[in-house]
Amino acid sequence: MSKNSPPTSRLSRRELIAGTLGAVAAAPLAAQQQAVETTRRPGRGPNELDQRSPFVTPRRDPSPTSSRTPLQDLQGTITPADLHFERHHGGVPEIDPDRYELLVHGMVDRPTVFTLADLKRFPAVSRICFLECSGNLRRGSAETLPQMVCGLTSQTEWTGVMLSTVLNEVGAHRGATWFLAEGQDAAVMTRSVPIDKAYDDAMIVYAQNGDALMPGNGYPARLLLPGWEGNASVKWLRRIELSDRSFMTREETSRYSEPVGEEGQIRQFSFVMDARSIITEPAYPTTLEPGWHEIRGLAWSGRGLITRVEVSVDGGANWDDAELQAPVLPKAHARFRHPWHWEGGRAEIMSRATDETGYVQPPWEALRTARGPRTRYHQNPVTSWTVDDDGRVLFGVERLRS
Amino acid sequence: MNATRTAAAGLTTGWFIAVAAQAVAQPAEPERFGLGRPATEAEIAVLDIDVGPDGAGLPVGQGRAADGAPVWAQACAVCHGAAGEGGTAGPVVGRGQGRPTVGSYWPYATTLWDYINRAMPRNRPGTLTSHEVYGLVAWILAANEIIGEADVMDAETLPAVLMPARDQFVPDDRRGGPEVR
Repeated sequence: MSKNSPPTSRLSRRELIAGTLGAVAAAPLAAQQQAVETTRRPGRGPNELDQRSPFVTPRRDPSPTSSRTPLQDLQGTITPADLHFERHHGGVPEIDPDRYELLVHGMVDRPTVFTLADLKRFPAVSRICFLECSGNLRRGSAETLPQMVCGLTSQTEWTGVMLSTVLNEVGAHRGATWFLAEGQDAAVMTRSVPIDKAYDDAMIVYAQNGDALMPGNGYPARLLLPGWEGNASVKWLRRIELSDRSFMTREETSRYSEPVGEEGQIRQFSFVMDARSIITEPAYPTTLEPGWHEIRGLAWSGRGLITRVEVSVDGGANWDDAELQAPVLPKAHARFRHPWHWEGGRAEIMSRATDETGYVQPPWEALRTARGPRTRYHQNPVTSWTVDDDGRVLFGVERLRS
Repeated sequence: MNATRTAAAGLTTGWFIAVAAQAVAQPAEPERFGLGRPATEAEIAVLDIDVGPDGAGLPVGQGRAADGAPVWAQACAVCHGAAGEGGTAGPVVGRGQGRPTVGSYWPYATTLWDYINRAMPRNRPGTLTSHEVYGLVAWILAANEIIGEADVMDAETLPAVLMPARDQFVPDDRRGGPEVR
């Protein structure tokens, strides 16, 4: 992926002779030279802000409305804050934290305004969980990166205050059944959220992987609804209003709803992200060499824990259990790995996640059968990568036909 | 989460007792933290712009399709098309399946008012007057043949408009478990 060329080597005559006499192949020679070379001059001193090596250039893939996490370039489960996906509807506002306030009102005893400092003084909680856009599937061409297939999911250690703590502070009425969350971006994004989520695990977060939120992820504060479609975790949160009915905003009626069935029904308030997985390597544009490889990927469920990930290397005829990296956390990306010896010849590798409710990630046909042909959000089908005779890995577009 | 916090507080309490036997245990968590300041009616009014499906929040004002037509031409047509057929932004007019429009896919007319008022037009959101928004809503509803050209939209009439897609909306029936829904 690197677009940078390595720095030109400067060799001493002695190193050059040593290398030549060694009569080793070019690549080992280069490595040997570099292993010595970097010891012959002091490196840079400590600095204020480290940067990635110039040889490491992961990039989000931006479109006019979103930018997608380069899943294929990441290991483990945490998404670096600057690679977290973005989806916003009116651009990223620049917010001065000293002039930031959150208004909580509606069905409460004490309508209250909180500064950022107020929010930070409440008892803090940190939680690792994924955040995924419910529009997270592209079916595209065979030349599709994991990032393009479903790069609208990322994972973060968020820190903030439990929303229930804030609602207790303002004296939320027992009769309140919904709350409106409103952002201060140019879309003035609004979503209605059932109040039960507030008392379950919703948070107002101000930190992302230990640091302040990135602007594209809601700086200085956003709502966080673990396991639910990302749009409802409203960023740049300026207002929460408690009510005894939903607000029927545009983003929960004509958007983020999906046609289901044959009779024109439209499924609404479909918040929870169903279990899903993707193999992040090997994947397009890799070319495999025969021998041992580790199949690696991510699996997650908005309903809780991932309990099992199965991997097939023969297009779904046989499945093996992959290893899950501990700890597996609820509503969080889990890393799975599975050793594979590729002998050469055609193969199709795929993964299938199961969560603690017993839900098994479905094939595309099962989703289409259950929902009808016009389904659009919440598409979580099993996806695959095909391997041809030359070891070229391509996205399994045939799995998502019809 | 609360259990973790309580456990941490318990450890702290234990430390105090061990170090200073006379120390009084801190309460685990107060009833309230006393943070924030009371919001005034005036400052709530500035931000409280939402309009509910029952019409709550609709301001004074009114408009007919003819009032909205010039606003549409000037502010909306560039993206949504002169007749609302769609362009760089999606279609707004029509009942065709597969292309979500106000006529085919919006359950509440009040949502139109709320959304246009808060987020449209894209290049200068929040700049339309209440009369302009009522006029635009009337123009869009009339173009979709949901109301008549002469119908006046205001805080009384708009919530009473019955949208064609209203009864199509159903709650999420996915519950996890083995069944794919």
